[in-house]
Amino acid sequence: MAPNTPHPHLPETRVLQFVRSGQVQRLGNVPPTRTLLALLRDDLGLTGTKEGCRSGDCGACTVVLGEADGQGGLRYRAVNSCIQLAHAAHGKALWTVEDLAEGNQPHPVQQALVQHHASQCGFCTPGFVLSLFALYQTRLGQSAHTGEPATPVTRDDALHALSGNLCRCTGYRPILDAAQTMLDVPTQTVDEAATVLKLEQISQINEASDDNFVDETRATGYLHPSTLPNLLHARARFPQAQLVAGCTDVGIWVTKLQHAPAQVLDLTRVEELRHIENVAPPHLSPVAPDTAAWLSIGAAVTLTHAFDALVATRPALATFASRFAGLPVRNAGTLGGNVANGSPIGDSMPLLLALGAHVRLMQWGSASKGADTTLNSSAPQAPPLQSRELPLDQFYTGYRQTVMQPAEVLTHILVPPPGPAITPHPDTHTLNGEWLRAYKISKRFEDDISAVCLALRLVLHNGVVAEASIGVGGVAATPVRALQTQAALLGQPWTQATATQAATVLQAEFAPISDMRASAAYRRAMLAALLQRAWAESTGVAHINLEHTSLTDLTQRSPSPLTGATA
Amino acid sequence: MTAQHATSAQAAGTATAPTAMGHSHAHESAQAQVRGAAPYVDDIPETAGTLHAAPVLSPVAHGTLHGLDTSAALALPGVVAVLTASDIPGDPVLAAFTHDEPILASGTVQHVGQVMALVVATTVDIARRAARLVRPHITALPPVLHAREAHKQASYVLPPVHVDRGDAATALARAPHTLSGAFEVGGQEHFYLEGQIAYALPQEQNQWLIHSSTQHPGEAQHWVAHALGLALHQVRVECRRMGGGFGGKETQSGHLAVWAALAAQHTGRPVKMRLDRDDDFLITGKRHPFSYDYTVGFDDQGRLCGLQLTQLSHCGFSADLSGPVSDRAIFHADNAYFLQDVAISSYRCKTNTQSHTAYRGFGGPQGVIAIETILGDVARNLGLDPLAVRLANLYADEPLAQPLPSVSAHNPTPPLRNVTHYGMTLEDNILLPLIAQLADSCSYQKRKADIAAWNAGSPVIQRGLALTPVKFGISFTATLFNQAGALVHVYTDGSVLVNHGGTEMGQGLHTKVAQIVASELGLPLHRVLSSASDTARVPNASATAASSGTDLNGRAAQYAARNVRANLAAFVAGLDGCGAGDVHLVCGTPPGADASAPAVGLVISPTATRLFDDVVHAAYANRIQLWSDGFYRTPKIHYDKTTLTGRPFYYFAYGAACTEVAIDTLTGESRVLAVDILHDVGRSINPALDIGQIEGAFVQGMGWLTTEELVWAAPDAERNAGALLTRAPSTYKIPAAGDVPEHFNVALWHLPNPEDNVGGSKAVGEPPFMLGISVWEALRDAVAQARAKAGLAGPVKLDAPATAERVLWAVQQ
Repeated sequence: MAPNTPHPHLPETRVLQFVRSGQVQRLGNVPPTRTLLALLRDDLGLTGTKEGCRSGDCGACTVVLGEADGQGGLRYRAVNSCIQLAHAAHGKALWTVEDLAEGNQPHPVQQALVQHHASQCGFCTPGFVLSLFALYQTRLGQSAHTGEPATPVTRDDALHALSGNLCRCTGYRPILDAAQTMLDVPTQTVDEAATVLKLEQISQINEASDDNFVDETRATGYLHPSTLPNLLHARARFPQAQLVAGCTDVGIWVTKLQHAPAQVLDLTRVEELRHIENVAPPHLSPVAPDTAAWLSIGAAVTLTHAFDALVATRPALATFASRFAGLPVRNAGTLGGNVANGSPIGDSMPLLLALGAHVRLMQWGSASKGADTTLNSSAPQAPPLQSRELPLDQFYTGYRQTVMQPAEVLTHILVPPPGPAITPHPDTHTLNGEWLRAYKISKRFEDDISAVCLALRLVLHNGVVAEASIGVGGVAATPVRALQTQAALLGQPWTQATATQAATVLQAEFAPISDMRASAAYRRAMLAALLQRAWAESTGVAHINLEHTSLTDLTQRSPSPLTGATA
Repeated sequence: MTAQHATSAQAAGTATAPTAMGHSHAHESAQAQVRGAAPYVDDIPETAGTLHAAPVLSPVAHGTLHGLDTSAALALPGVVAVLTASDIPGDPVLAAFTHDEPILASGTVQHVGQVMALVVATTVDIARRAARLVRPHITALPPVLHAREAHKQASYVLPPVHVDRGDAATALARAPHTLSGAFEVGGQEHFYLEGQIAYALPQEQNQWLIHSSTQHPGEAQHWVAHALGLALHQVRVECRRMGGGFGGKETQSGHLAVWAALAAQHTGRPVKMRLDRDDDFLITGKRHPFSYDYTVGFDDQGRLCGLQLTQLSHCGFSADLSGPVSDRAIFHADNAYFLQDVAISSYRCKTNTQSHTAYRGFGGPQGVIAIETILGDVARNLGLDPLAVRLANLYADEPLAQPLPSVSAHNPTPPLRNVTHYGMTLEDNILLPLIAQLADSCSYQKRKADIAAWNAGSPVIQRGLALTPVKFGISFTATLFNQAGALVHVYTDGSVLVNHGGTEMGQGLHTKVAQIVASELGLPLHRVLSSASDTARVPNASATAASSGTDLNGRAAQYAARNVRANLAAFVAGLDGCGAGDVHLVCGTPPGADASAPAVGLVISPTATRLFDDVVHAAYANRIQLWSDGFYRTPKIHYDKTTLTGRPFYYFAYGAACTEVAIDTLTGESRVLAVDILHDVGRSINPALDIGQIEGAFVQGMGWLTTEELVWAAPDAERNAGALLTRAPSTYKIPAAGDVPEHFNVALWHLPNPEDNVGGSKAVGEPPFMLGISVWEALRDAVAQARAKAGLAGPVKLDAPATAERVLWAVQQ
């Protein structure tokens, strides 16, 4: 099949390079919206990778990308090639199902799957192989780093790794068994040092040209800047370019809506945006003069890493984080992209609203002149960059609409530090501290979009609500804060009566719609139910929530009664 | 947790190695699949000049189609042609059995997603983009979107069917207790991971090669020939493997083959047509949703004494396979239970939706779920254990209590409780011992008591437990389809190629057939290869459906191999001066070789042991035929379509599952906690493949009844009235790995098939799907316990699928 030509005036794209099977592959004239899957199957004839849905929901197209981990090794992530743009693989190592066997010797992942009869029709199998390969390599890498034997893969580890892979034939049991034994097969290793060397070669070749788009005559169809000034410069210069930050939603516009922008601006290589850092509180923050550091999550940070950072200080979010899409989507998508995209059913925003997160928006140009400044063709010494920060609840203005100006880019998400965890007072037994819960209701527990999402953060002082912050998704045109409910909680003792009263307010505060995910009545009922659940869990009652993946304890232990809980 | 393997390696130490049959050999393509080296239709290298077709879909559920404006599409660079119904050279109506389905919509459109035209272009993306530029001119008409509405309007795709035995009305009038109810059970999207696809290649002299992902190459051949106005011998359809079928590629794949062939004929170039996933959802039929109304009478022990049951099958806009699907729902209205005085009415409702089609179980699940739901309700109504009520109603060789005079002359009331409502006597009933063994091994009674105690102290979560059986009839109910052919070729080097009329969709048919042939010829399995299904090799083959693939094609291949074996035995008997019956073909260690040497094929006569390969070579030199056909037709079956009685099934496959669930009474969310299955596959040809079928079918059945919800926009919706809204995996949720419980045990029943079936085995593809109904009944048990705890009276009112929303309303209302 001939390559796509979505736009007659398409600027040429620069040579796409990645490392595959230890060799640098160089590909010219790859259109900016060509998907990685189309590149593999149609241009390179690598038909082992399958197209199941073209929307990142089934995992048949899963491939693995590797990047240098900065310690001489590689970091691996499984992604959906169907909604990744081909150029996103630039400068990375790439593995497809064809790359794993060494001659006639199948890879341990492949051997384990065969031994456990884990393929039937086989169409999903390459995707499962690659998801497990990423887990396998990660375990070997950790082992090499620590000098200890590789940590065994548990069933939960396997479920986590395979959360984005659907199989319609097997019922998954043999696949999960294979995952748990793949490390028992004699190991096969990737020559990481050699791969890192190749990646560095690509990087050196391209570093000079990658950012050399300021001169429009030399601009390309796929802009992949590596510095923040160049990103903002490009954003100002090419406002029609489709901005992508992981492409897990824009990729679906391309595959399903025939969206074919002539130019794509990809921010995931921007060094300044690839980090999670501790920063001073934003000047707009009402919590000043609190000196505790905030978390700054760059817009190029994947959802996987962003959630890891949030869960590190807020373990209560672990399950919620694991239920955000599937792993390949979290490995490609970014928190910044999820927030900037502004879908009313994006699951990160209710949480970030409850956490009191801020967003930083930046653009090229000095504050007095605006974006359209005269530009030199070479990057200036001190680029004129504008920056503003605002609370997330001031960011959305309507359905998929935000306050962002055309030249602005969401560069960082700023998250306040957690308060002290909730504990009962030693004498009075009243509760003190921060109580955080994030829940979603969906038809399927894994990899589903929520019908209702509720995130709630309370700060209790001696059992009284001193702060209340509630984010809700699925009930309005945008993710919203439940202001009336927050007000109803403030200053009240945190009791069942208060929770019930607040639930009534919460139900009245929104007018959700009925759609294919749930009826309006059910959504409304869930607002109350989830608030009740949050209250009950705050009293220490166990076994009132089915969302945890390991349920064996449910069948072995007695429930603890609701009565007698501390209020 | 590992699946139990029912058989182990046979005794070693003799000269002969284990036979290829009865062992857990890996799927014949497993090594290729894990390497991405198992090609599917879309992976076949494209012939130069190949074009791509995309469908133009109706945006309206019901309307008059005045015409299509194709100018914008044709103007797009890369577009080669737009085909409409008037471009079809043969019959514009598909050669389906009822001849009621246009190949491309003409004059009217009958559902959102009906294909009105085909755009052919140089790339698939251009074709799809251009398809969106075709502007239909449609005057909308009121759509009928629900089976109950169609029934009200007497709008059917086929006439209603009624089955009566005994005197249900009188029995109900005399019954100590009666219950009436109504409920709905949703459909199911197949969600084969490989979407529908066909690749049509013009050959010499107006002959055609179609690569089709299809369960029924013969029907694709028939449909293509009919549409193109050709004889069948001009069209060859090939399928090496499918990326899943589940019934969804029995007839629906034929549409793609016809569309690709029409486009190829029109343009004179090869054309590939691969549906985008969302289009696949919108165009193709699904499992039939059903609506039920019932009145049941029963005694104090819950034994049924009368049943009136109405089944409304939601067929969509055309008949497709709705007749036999609805028939099978009638045949399985009893599941495992004797229905003495019964009246079943089946209406095949015509609606403005996709034309619903075959799906694993083929109406059987829709029959079984009704009686299981009714028995659960009866038990709860009486305050009895549902398992006790199920056991009280099982088929058994016991006399009837008080037979009423039969209202039907052709379907008399039998003397014993072992005759189905369609007059077939159960000769192979293992229900009671099978259920008893499972109930014992899974500690049903103890867990039941533990759960009740646990629930009493649990404020939010309530657990439920259910053990349900399945009895599933094996054979195509259309008797003529129960035939199969195969070819076994032994080449001069002793390697073997087998070809048969069945298709491989992941179920392992090619593996099992190769095992059967290898066993018959005494060869190690690796000496036998299965080749792609091909209408040019074995003609007139039935669909690979009705779980019959191995029964039919395996037997045909066995007979073919047996013919070759007989030729070789006669040849060796001539050499050694013995009877042919004294010559044995076995797999074993070569004479004089080390005991650890790989097993090979041996031909052993009373006086000599020879290598199979040497015998073949010598036989060839002596002009002995080294290949053969084989043909099989299922014995004993007969079925009278006018009276709906007879023996439609050669035998029954049995099984039972015990499932424990938990529900959240605040949100309605549910989880499956533990599953124990005991299933009857006769003497397993390949335990690993059979267990794979059981596990996969169970999980699919679980999905049907829990997360998989098809939602069509209401007829009064502001936009997209009648459109399927759950049309992608983002909104239609099949089970994920996390939905499968850690405790998931499968054991195989220990006895062979008492009927003479290949290797003593039983069919396995569909029967275990209905084990998923144990999830449904366990959920209803949990809901009932939650309601009782909340002091709510009345039966559990729950429709399927039991989404969190439905469970919550069932708990609360």
